[in-house]
Amino acid sequence: MDGITLALTASWEALPYILGGVWWTLALIICAMGLGFVMGVPLAVTHVYANGFFRRLVGLYVWLFRGIPILVQLYLFYFGILAWLGSFSLLAPLNLDSAFSAAVIVLGLTSAAYQSQIFRGAIQSLPQGQLKAARALGMTDTQAIVSIILPQALRLAIPAWSNEYSILLKDSALAFVIGVLEVMSRTRSVAATTHQPLPLSILAGLIFFALTWVGIKALKKLEDKVRIAGYSQQGSL
Amino acid sequence: MTAQTPLLRVENIVKHLGGHRILDDVSLNVPKGRLKVLIGPSGAGKSTFLQCVNFLLPPDEGKIFLEGREINGASKKELLGLRQHVGMIFQDFNLFDHLTALENVRIALIKVKRMQKREATERAMDELQRVGLVDKAGLYPAQLSGGQKQRVSVARALAMDPKLLLLDEPTSALDPELIGEVLAVIRELAKAGMTMIMATHQISFSASLADEFVFMEQGRIVERGAPSELLGKGRASRTQAFCAKLNELTGENAE
Repeated sequence: MDGITLALTASWEALPYILGGVWWTLALIICAMGLGFVMGVPLAVTHVYANGFFRRLVGLYVWLFRGIPILVQLYLFYFGILAWLGSFSLLAPLNLDSAFSAAVIVLGLTSAAYQSQIFRGAIQSLPQGQLKAARALGMTDTQAIVSIILPQALRLAIPAWSNEYSILLKDSALAFVIGVLEVMSRTRSVAATTHQPLPLSILAGLIFFALTWVGIKALKKLEDKVRIAGYSQQGSL
Repeated sequence: MTAQTPLLRVENIVKHLGGHRILDDVSLNVPKGRLKVLIGPSGAGKSTFLQCVNFLLPPDEGKIFLEGREINGASKKELLGLRQHVGMIFQDFNLFDHLTALENVRIALIKVKRMQKREATERAMDELQRVGLVDKAGLYPAQLSGGQKQRVSVARALAMDPKLLLLDEPTSALDPELIGEVLAVIRELAKAGMTMIMATHQISFSASLADEFVFMEQGRIVERGAPSELLGKGRASRTQAFCAKLNELTGENAE
């Protein structure tokens, strides 16, 4: 058999196994984006509306998680913090010391830092009068933020948020270093046994590309679906 | 509350913003059913004054009484209560952009007054009817004209059954041909006995409805009195000079 046939055969035979990693990759980024969203929204609200201490605390958080490479964090959390937390029997049911949990937590915490800045920008782009009008009607600040500010800000944030999806998707490939069986890690293990790194890397690249494309399309659909009639922040050209 | 107690009593309000004394010892009594009109040049403190009344901008000094009871600005609960009783109309409408006209009018009924959705919808439709916009109930603010937006915002304020309405230059952001429809709504309110404080440059319109003109300049009230008194011929009032200047610009006749 010549080289090309060998390469194609190896890729073909490995395909089901590598595609099986898609579920892990998807589970990883859905959980991580979810965690990032659930944390990012309150972080953003705190960053915009809280004063002094809490705002600085959010600033510190964002600075920290944007500043430390994900690779470093994965090692720190998997072999350090989470391994230690996992040793408490009380926390055992949470399975924090699994590689998957570690990857979700690291990607989620980092994404929370980035997402908080996306939402912060969206909140700050809303006219001041929105909050004022809500307050003038007797709403509490919490009511105003939940029913007036966030529904508008989150709509505006979708384009930047889909960017975060594609970044996170690619960052998720780093989880192979702690042994999560996602697409990249499976590709590498097959490549190591078949000695065909190039075609398998191309295959992995295509899978990530497809996932990005589908995700961005889906988010674009969402953006159109929740669009407010006649309303656009920039105005139309 | 006795017959003499004004609905709103504002005593010696002082407000600083960005190191400037924006309001300097301003007092005002508003009896029930009356319309007080604030006039004066931009930067006089009219808007700041209105926002102090419902504590959107808490006054630095001074006291505010609603129906004879002093409002304690430090109590969140009292402030929320006050704002339920004091409606506000903004120059640039401030409709909630993600909600339809109906939802704009309804949301505070549901969130603040804890009404059932159905009941709130009925009430909101009644208010939209009052401002002549029932057929626009399902449209978003971006699909409405400026005049329609302002009428929705009036409906939104009225739905809360306010005892007092604050209007902060309600027609200043409107195209000239849209001002009339908003003024018509305000006229109806005045006739129906709504208690109001309105900052405006619509001198001739408000002269026919206002119980008192309050002329502000540099954070102080410099003149006050019945419109006919301040604008009367042969009077050299500060108000008259200001209105004459306004008329020069707009070609409007103040009489």
